[in-house]
Amino acid sequence: MSEQAAALRVRPEVLARPSRGFWEDAFLRLIRNRAAVVGGIIVIALIFVAIFAPYIAPYTYYEQVLVDNNKVPAWMLWLFPSMKGYARISDRYPLGADYVGRDILSRIIYGTRISLTVAFIGPIISLVIGTIYGSISGYFGGRVDNIMMRAVDVLYAFPGLLFIILLMAFFRSTLAHPAPGTFVYAVSQLDAKVGGMLFIFIGIGLTAWETMARLTRGQVLSVKEKEFIEAARAIGAGHLRIMFRHIFPNIIGPLVVAETLAIPSYISLEAFLSFIGLGVNPPTPSWGLMISEGAGVIRTYPNQAIFPALALAITMFAFNFLGDGLRDALDPRLRGTR
Amino acid sequence: MTRYIVRRFLWMLLVLFVVSLITFLLMHAVPGGPFDREKAVPPEILANLNAKYHLDEPLPKQYLRYLWDVFIPHISHIPPGTSLTDDHLINVKIGEKLWLKWMNFGPSYSSRSRTVNDYFRQQFPISAQLGTLALLVAVLIGIPLGILAALKQNTIWDYLGMGIAIFGVSVPVIVLGPILIWIFGVTLKWLPPTGWGAKPPFILGFIPSKLGPEFFKYAIMPSIALGLGQSALIARLTRASLLQVLREDYIRTARAKGLPERAVIFVHALKNSMIPVVTVLGPMFAALVTGTFVTETIFGIPGMGRYFVISITNRDYPLIMGTILLYAVILVLANLMVDITYAFLDPRIRLTD
Repeated sequence: MSEQAAALRVRPEVLARPSRGFWEDAFLRLIRNRAAVVGGIIVIALIFVAIFAPYIAPYTYYEQVLVDNNKVPAWMLWLFPSMKGYARISDRYPLGADYVGRDILSRIIYGTRISLTVAFIGPIISLVIGTIYGSISGYFGGRVDNIMMRAVDVLYAFPGLLFIILLMAFFRSTLAHPAPGTFVYAVSQLDAKVGGMLFIFIGIGLTAWETMARLTRGQVLSVKEKEFIEAARAIGAGHLRIMFRHIFPNIIGPLVVAETLAIPSYISLEAFLSFIGLGVNPPTPSWGLMISEGAGVIRTYPNQAIFPALALAITMFAFNFLGDGLRDALDPRLRGTR
Repeated sequence: MTRYIVRRFLWMLLVLFVVSLITFLLMHAVPGGPFDREKAVPPEILANLNAKYHLDEPLPKQYLRYLWDVFIPHISHIPPGTSLTDDHLINVKIGEKLWLKWMNFGPSYSSRSRTVNDYFRQQFPISAQLGTLALLVAVLIGIPLGILAALKQNTIWDYLGMGIAIFGVSVPVIVLGPILIWIFGVTLKWLPPTGWGAKPPFILGFIPSKLGPEFFKYAIMPSIALGLGQSALIARLTRASLLQVLREDYIRTARAKGLPERAVIFVHALKNSMIPVVTVLGPMFAALVTGTFVTETIFGIPGMGRYFVISITNRDYPLIMGTILLYAVILVLANLMVDITYAFLDPRIRLTD
């Protein structure tokens, strides 16, 4: 055997690397992306803070000490020199107290719960509604598709924010004084239990599913003509089985990526609604509500708006980085195309 | 082509009709009326007020009356602007003591001396100015950032540019607004923290009459706060589109025939890569103009958005309807513009739709 032949001989010990699956591959790509890893760590830390808020926060979010209103710790004067002269000092509150003497740090910590709940429930709602609507439209096609997509077109023409504001006003005042024992009463009780977030979810559900429906429809259209669908139909699989067993697993990837990328928009929608007073019910500590309260006194006590604003910005950063990384990891061809 | 545009136009009218109907129903489904006060109004006065504004009529009749007032042009002997219930957006003199009037959006219930059209003439231009400047900020920051990132792909410039883009998307107006006010308005005192530097009347309905440093001093912070997020989207789109164009054959041809790199990029590549960017500008402008409330609230700007939120709490029906319809028209027109542009650029679309 010549030397060349020896070099060309197949060496199984080199070729037989363990093969990696799609998800494993994606995960490896994800952890190689430094920004995404940082985002992921922050998200995990936020989840931790949200779950253990009562143990981390020095006070509760609703505890008022009226005599301590607007007090700031001493180091705050160094950060905000403009406060010198009138601000009252109290080192009991790490980031100061708000206008009714509630600890701002504790409220920011509890506020994590609101933003994260929206970050996890918002995508689920819009994914469920949008996927069902979009796959029915795409799968059956023809006239059904035409009518269903025209309806989505009409909804697209609604000025989104104005519509949500109107809807929120409708929910809020319709359910203000319900008669006990009715359905409306049950709904309002449920809403009160979750601090007014139920309607934020409904608002998200009613306005965010349209994009998802269009995306799902497009994906279904591209998959349903493939041979394996025809094969499934040939062996007698029903519509539901084809949809869930054969189409769905093939389109879920892009949908999940789209939802991950949409998370920051849900978080900012909640903050925005709470900011204009149509979001959570006080004293539920939403960052948007805290920024709104703080923005009114920004000239005198800037700490009351700046710190919740930073918390919101960091959370949005983390989810944006993580979402970007996930998209690149699940579909490397898409890098930078959004 | 004409048939396509006509069809799109009819579709647009249908959409506006549906928007107005849903808004009307939802608005009247909210409990309470425009004349509810802390101290109850005597029933006979309430009845008189309701009769004056036709709120005692059945809802379908009220809705038809609204459509009649807004959509149907009228010819009348009464000079325009004589009463609050007879204020039309468009008045054309067609003869001796004869006017063609169109689009009467009705009086505002909460402000007794103004009509909805007054809000359109005095408040909406301010929102439009803010939206235009924000779009300008978005374009001026976004396009250079995107070009830089694409030309220096996978270098520090690319990562820096896209990092700034993520920063832009991650900082909503309610975060950026207070921080900007605190830095430049309160601490450094360079810019006025709140207010707007232009008052009606406006040139051509929306250009401020004094377009000087005084105007921009007020406008700069809100425009950046509103436009930065969109600049991030433009940057990403520009980058992606330019990268795609740079891989095309005609770019290779241009390079092969020895054109200087600058000419290849600025003459051949950039022009074509701007097509997707230009098409998003329409909807983006619509989104910016219709999404100004928070910016207006934070910076104390007397624009349309602020009054919309108030109008809902006040059950100011004509103002709610008017604002939503106006914004829906803007959104629909922006989408129509995109579709027509695409139809011109890509003949296949005309055949399929």
